[in-house]
Amino acid sequence: MSAAAVAVRPPLWRRLIGFNLLTACVLGVGGWYVGWFGAHGIVGPSLDYFGNIDYNELSVFMAYICGVLGFLIGLGFFNYPWARLRGYPPSLRAKENEGIGRYFGLCTDHKVVGMQYLVGIGVFFFIGGLNAMLIRTELLRPNHQVFPAGTYLTIVGLHGTMMMGMFTSGILGPFGNYFIPILIGARRMAFPRIEALTFWLLMAGGVILETAIFFGGFPTGWTGYAPLNIQSYPGMDCYIIFFALVGISMTLLGLNMIATIVTMRAPGLTWTRLPIFVWGVLSTSALMVLAAPVLVATLAMALLDRAAQTSFFLAPGGGSAYLYQNLFWVFGHPEVYILALPGFAIVLEILPVFARKPLWGYRLAVAGLLGVSLLSFFVWQHHLFVSGINGDVRPFYMLSTELISIPTGFTFICGMMTLWRGRIRFTVPMLFCLAWFFNFLIGGLSGVFLSDVPSDVTTHGSFFSMAHFHYTIMGGLVFTFFAALYYWVPKMTGFQLNERLGKIHFWTMFIAFNSTFAPLFAAGFLGQPRRVVSYPSNLQFINVWVSISAFVLGASMLLFLYNFVRSLVFDRIPAPADPWRSKSIEWQLPSPIPVHNFDRIPVFSSDPYGYGETAGPVAVPAGSPAGSE
Amino acid sequence: MRPAVWKLIAVFAFVAAVGVLIGLYVSKLTTDAGSPVYTLPVSSNGGHPVVNLTLETVAAVGPSLSPGHPDYVSYLVRDTKGNWRRSTVWRLPANATVHVTIYNFDGASGLRNPLFARPQGVDGNTMVVDGKTLNAINPDDASHTFAVAQYNLVVPIAPVPDDAKHPCDFAPCALTSDHRTIQFTFHTGAKGHYRWQCLVPCAAGWIDGFGGPMQTIGYMDGFLDVV
Amino acid sequence: MSAVPAGKGAPDHARRVIGAWLVLSVVATPLVAIFVGPLFPPGRASEQASGQVTDNTVMLTVLTPIICLLLVFFVYALSQFRHDGGAIVDGPPLRTDNRIQVLWVAVSAVVVLFFAGFGTYELLQNGAGGGQGPGPVAVPSGNKLQVQVIGQQWMFTYRYPSYGGLETPELVIPANTLIELHVTSLDMIHSFWAYELGVKADANPGVDNVAFLKTKGPQSFHIHCAELCGLWHGYMTETGHVVPPAQFAAWIKQQQQNFAPVAKYLPPYSNTYSPDPQRRAG
Repeated sequence: MSAAAVAVRPPLWRRLIGFNLLTACVLGVGGWYVGWFGAHGIVGPSLDYFGNIDYNELSVFMAYICGVLGFLIGLGFFNYPWARLRGYPPSLRAKENEGIGRYFGLCTDHKVVGMQYLVGIGVFFFIGGLNAMLIRTELLRPNHQVFPAGTYLTIVGLHGTMMMGMFTSGILGPFGNYFIPILIGARRMAFPRIEALTFWLLMAGGVILETAIFFGGFPTGWTGYAPLNIQSYPGMDCYIIFFALVGISMTLLGLNMIATIVTMRAPGLTWTRLPIFVWGVLSTSALMVLAAPVLVATLAMALLDRAAQTSFFLAPGGGSAYLYQNLFWVFGHPEVYILALPGFAIVLEILPVFARKPLWGYRLAVAGLLGVSLLSFFVWQHHLFVSGINGDVRPFYMLSTELISIPTGFTFICGMMTLWRGRIRFTVPMLFCLAWFFNFLIGGLSGVFLSDVPSDVTTHGSFFSMAHFHYTIMGGLVFTFFAALYYWVPKMTGFQLNERLGKIHFWTMFIAFNSTFAPLFAAGFLGQPRRVVSYPSNLQFINVWVSISAFVLGASMLLFLYNFVRSLVFDRIPAPADPWRSKSIEWQLPSPIPVHNFDRIPVFSSDPYGYGETAGPVAVPAGSPAGSE
Repeated sequence: MRPAVWKLIAVFAFVAAVGVLIGLYVSKLTTDAGSPVYTLPVSSNGGHPVVNLTLETVAAVGPSLSPGHPDYVSYLVRDTKGNWRRSTVWRLPANATVHVTIYNFDGASGLRNPLFARPQGVDGNTMVVDGKTLNAINPDDASHTFAVAQYNLVVPIAPVPDDAKHPCDFAPCALTSDHRTIQFTFHTGAKGHYRWQCLVPCAAGWIDGFGGPMQTIGYMDGFLDVV
Repeated sequence: MSAVPAGKGAPDHARRVIGAWLVLSVVATPLVAIFVGPLFPPGRASEQASGQVTDNTVMLTVLTPIICLLLVFFVYALSQFRHDGGAIVDGPPLRTDNRIQVLWVAVSAVVVLFFAGFGTYELLQNGAGGGQGPGPVAVPSGNKLQVQVIGQQWMFTYRYPSYGGLETPELVIPANTLIELHVTSLDMIHSFWAYELGVKADANPGVDNVAFLKTKGPQSFHIHCAELCGLWHGYMTETGHVVPPAQFAAWIKQQQQNFAPVAKYLPPYSNTYSPDPQRRAG
């Protein structure tokens, strides 16, 4: 940094004023109080604002809605429309060249948003994980309360909701935003401001969800079933606002991804040359756009039932609890594939690099991703097999659910045949990808039992189904999240992650994960229902075993954190431009990647999987793809 | 070296701050919405433990006992000094005879399931209301119930009439206010942690009358901690 | 070991994997079917539970060769196709193989269709103990004893319409009898799970959810609530009893006497109930 640049910089306090996170937090809290007192003004004069919050849902909703608006104003999301309204030429780009300050505000650089997502989602992932540790602490003893019974349900809900809500963007957020424009040879996303908005909505949502503990929590778990959600404490309002913000964020994220991938591909990048990760993002985005609005609408109805005394979901008032279950799972089942599909894509994207072979059966793999997306809209009533709704269509949902294993199997065969006769290097990202096969096999096979109605009668709502979806989501998504992280972070930061620590992290996590969740299948089969604070004492051995394994699993995450901080803050060993010898285009760029990605837009001549083939580089630019800095 | 030292300090400060936050979070979760344990004094009848449990049920717990939720309907327990305490987790000896006296200061809410208007799981399947032995009350009159599911124990609680002259609006309620007295006897069995609850939809303003105080330990729910 | 020259060694690899897989599956599949399958819960305390055990056994047996294939494949591939530590060399550029694709799709489709067909058949046999809603499709034939299960926060109670609508807080049913369970709720969604009997049916407010159950010999069974219903969900457990018919009749008589004082207050037997008030004012 030159002396002149230092001299020009204004003092620190001056730089803190402006549209940034600090202003946003101040305006967010201010907005919260405006909404709180404003709504009390509408509902009726009451001086007892803080002593008694039980009867006034409207004020809680208004407080959070105004708080979110204040937060967004503080970040500067309204500057652009405001400038347009007044007829001024708005600034098309925001904060792209501002040192560290880029990361604390609205930035239109997709790489900055990717990094924000990585850290932001990471923070909430650790909060969700902490709650999981608390759950397992409670379950160490069959009939003894560490937490009061109601608080235990709140912790279960906070864990589930945080993970299911935040991790919908777990791969699309950090790695999708960062790499999709680069992989398709573009300089930015189609809607950079909306891209930033999706991130900041999630962050606001995550904080709001955690504040539920100040409003009595909520007893419903992540599904938030009616009518329990209407009976619940005001903490439920935090759940509703959180999930609605997640839904809006997901819809916008999906739209942005689809628009970017469809319209902004570089010349020569035909549909059959797209990296499989792009296909994964595209199919996931389609699910997001179609499923998430249903969630927002459902929560709006729940909000009205709570705050405005409507009866959408209350049987005595003419509504139906089934309506909520149906609507929730119309969103909820595609949602679990929103979580799983990016994992499929990551595995198929990384395997060729470390097997040194082209991706086997590219078209089959794409068909698998699209097939899962399509089918995932037709299976939701398998969550309601014993609910008594539509008893006669259960065979259809049994069939459609089992059909999903066909396109899922495509991912397996493509991955397996890619390994076949390869030159496999067991790097950390590769280990996480290989673990996916093991975990998802168990997750998938246990899913067969759950999809079968007679078998589901016993396993439904038990720890069996809980173990099943932890195998598919944690084993499928979180493992591939780490694969992507170990694979791409050297490019994102320009520094290497310690390989040895990475391997220790992998093996502890893999063993502890299986040791945690495999016994839970047995617990479920032996009759332990989900979300219980107490269980039969003959199941204590399994539960203690699981709890201890879970603590080791939690410790393995700290090990990762240690590696991450040590490698990026202390060791800081610069990574070569292409440490994995990948043929994909992001590795042809220098690390870290310059702000505008490409000096000249590249022209693609093949897919990025030409290992062992004589073809040249994947993209021959109309000039070099690399920036000249 | 110097930058590394600063980095170390920064990282340690950050870890310490996160540790403090986690501590605050966990302590909030463990202490919120719970109830202190109240150990009942035990007397002996020929080597057989006998416990007197004196409770009152109030329409509102009042600001002095629960500043956070002054309007919550609640059970209170009387300690040896005669003070009413907000505790719903009571420590009792195993295999004991428990004589329960409940002073009710609340009006009628009505049962959702009339079955629970019949006292069950107590000596003689009867209760004594204001000196009269009854084997049922009108379910629409029930003000609360005292129910321990694992003992199959349910006792309905008769209400204070709506036209009472000296109603007690919020706790602590002295026995000079209008009230009903319900007495019954049950026996604790093996050691364990047994939940008790109310089965009358008495939580005003909540759907089905079962939200808020009906779902919070320390108000209308608690444990018998049998040791 | 990985120095087997590409191309020439290829058919060799495939043959070894298939050979090992065949041997392993032929050994493992019958073992799983005979020894592992019958261990599967919920046991054979009712016809429905037995059906579930059979179902689980059949599925596990069919899945065993698939698990064996993946195990053999990965053990072989990960041990044989390792990079040997020298310079990074590319593998053979195999892009696709139509025969493998078609075979894989065909086999998985056959397995899936078999599972769906078999599951449907098992379901229609006797309803498999699951809640089927107000209009059940899988109705076992024979005389049925109706028992209503009423979920409420946080207790199940039971009504016997053939005994004057008697309501009890305890579930007792006669042995060797076909039971028609009508599950409903007064408030939240609960789920009636009689674990050993292989019965699970959600209790929805305003819905009559019917499940069938053919009991066998006398025994006790655990009842759990399997749908999150609020504070005491984790404690909503009870013990039910299957007893000989004579003992059942005596028990009914005793309960009728015991609950005579509230008999006049009970609402007439109905498939659903909606007690007032829904929203109690302050």
